[in-house]
Amino acid sequence: MKTPNKYLLLILTLGLITGCADDNERNYQYFPDMYQSQAYEAYAESELFPNQTTALKPAEGSVKRGWMPFEYADNEEGYQRAKKELENPVPYTEENLLKGEELYGYYCAICHGDKGNGKGWLVQQEKVLGVPSYDDVGRAITSGSTYYVIYHGRNLMGSYASQMNRKEMWQVTQYVMKLKRELEDKDELPFDKDTIKNKQLFSTSDKLELTN
Amino acid sequence: MKYITVIMSSLKMTLTAFMFVFFLSATGQDTAEETSSESGSGQEEVIPGADLAKGEELFKSICASCHKRYEKAIGPALHGLTERREMEWIYKWIKNNKKLRESGDQQAIAIYEEYNKTAMPAYPQLSNQDIDNIVAYAEQPKPEPKQKVAAAPQGGQAGGQKGSGMSTEVILGILAFVLLMLSVVLYLVNRTLNRFAEANGVPVKQEEDKEPRKPIWVAFAENQFLVVITVVVVLLGVAYGAYGFLMQVGVDQGYEPVQPIHYSHRIHAGENKIECKYCHSSARVSKHSGIPSLNVCMNCHKQVNEVAEETATAQYSKEFYDKEIQKLYEATGWNPDEMAYTDEKKPVKWVRIHNLPDLAYFNHSQHVTVANIECQKCHGPVEEMEIMYQHSSLTMGWCINCHRETQVNVKDNGYYKKIHEELSKKYNVDKVTAAQMGGIECGKCHY
Repeated sequence: MKTPNKYLLLILTLGLITGCADDNERNYQYFPDMYQSQAYEAYAESELFPNQTTALKPAEGSVKRGWMPFEYADNEEGYQRAKKELENPVPYTEENLLKGEELYGYYCAICHGDKGNGKGWLVQQEKVLGVPSYDDVGRAITSGSTYYVIYHGRNLMGSYASQMNRKEMWQVTQYVMKLKRELEDKDELPFDKDTIKNKQLFSTSDKLELTN
Repeated sequence: MKYITVIMSSLKMTLTAFMFVFFLSATGQDTAEETSSESGSGQEEVIPGADLAKGEELFKSICASCHKRYEKAIGPALHGLTERREMEWIYKWIKNNKKLRESGDQQAIAIYEEYNKTAMPAYPQLSNQDIDNIVAYAEQPKPEPKQKVAAAPQGGQAGGQKGSGMSTEVILGILAFVLLMLSVVLYLVNRTLNRFAEANGVPVKQEEDKEPRKPIWVAFAENQFLVVITVVVVLLGVAYGAYGFLMQVGVDQGYEPVQPIHYSHRIHAGENKIECKYCHSSARVSKHSGIPSLNVCMNCHKQVNEVAEETATAQYSKEFYDKEIQKLYEATGWNPDEMAYTDEKKPVKWVRIHNLPDLAYFNHSQHVTVANIECQKCHGPVEEMEIMYQHSSLTMGWCINCHRETQVNVKDNGYYKKIHEELSKKYNVDKVTAAQMGGIECGKCHY
């Protein structure tokens, strides 16, 4: 009776070892001194802070470097004003247009479609409905209204200001207007020659953000 | 002869009569099925001559961004519109509601005020016939929810439990059972044969008759060669086991924690083909790939408040996924009935999976934007993962291996042009790897 007991013991220990490997738990670390940061890490849990999280909002009234207020409020009046008077400050160059196309592919094409006709993959699957084509006559979008809608969102479309900076949103706007011209069978515009357009619209730090 | 023809003709008559009845009942069934599948209780002819299919297409492409048929959205529900308004008014409103409001129409001004002065765009491109089609589509009664086939209704309730291993377990069980049966059969056959031998008087070899054998372990100990070989094999085995054990300390490969909201990458990145960078937008421009804030979820989930029937799997039911979307609404404080945010927000405690030790520096934008590496190269087939897990080991050896193998993409890349030319001269190669450009210098990642 001695040997079967030994086998039983072996099986039990093996089971004990393999049983410890749990996908829901992190593995143990050896000398974790340099593994775990002494400083608080972003989005970590901590008793010290309100809501037990190290992710805090900036102090009230603080302004990000280079930030400029967007003078068109999130309401109908702001939309109409932006549609009428807001111009794209980013020069129309091949580089900007290509960047706009890339970003359009990430953020817009999934609903608005590669051609801007409102037939993206999610619309084809009928997950998201009612995406208008860029050449919709009733809406008659302009550079200003496009930028406004990316910035604030409108109706069921959300704001994309958290995913792109101002220059990127203008580059996307540029590409959207190009798609609109294509949908309307209009001639392609020639690229701009000056590197900085509408100088009066930007402060020095702003120029930095937009030219970088 | 005549007798026979009479029989024949009467047979024919009954046959045709039978066929006729059958045909009637069949077509009757057909139409009944059609109507029930379309609307539940028969189509309603609200507007004569309207084309429902065209109406549906127009509704989905133009109106659905703000209107739903049976619920309030940005604008009012469109079902029951003809009871509230005259058709002439509807034509005018849809084609140019601003003009209608400015003409002093009381109804138009009232509805504009009711919806917080949210202006509806003008649709001058729609003809009266188009509008008829749309209204007719909107007036279709709400379809009854389809009776579900009772297939795996409870599958998803178990949360993160795995069901995919079931079939292998069953197969293993069957195999074990077969093995057991075979050994039982063998034993029985052996016993019967012995009995036969006994009955026939054939002598059966009996172990007990012989002299007691030398125990096997004594024989083993006396053979020195065998002992040496065994010791070497055992030592090698132990060393291998110990090495494997030590190398996995601190490695979280396969880490698959239960998240507070069951977010499926399979549905979002796989079926819906949403770009990785749509949600993880900071991977383009910063060190961190970042957990997307919930406003990014709401970009789509303002409209998508339930999953489609086809999205549900045997493992996770539609009810299960719908509940997860409700969790998102609770966290953001979104009220789907009012289509507005309340102030009751609850942050979501996501569990971080990929975490490099603090002693190593890693920058996402360097890899994603500069080197143009696919996310899947390190994170694995995320678009197939129902539950996210750590695909790669994230060890130093793993990093360095990739740096040695990956050739730097220098095409159309002015930044690398000069250094590439000089390095390819130095190493006498056509293409430079990340390692040759300094990608395995200690100070690149450890400082």
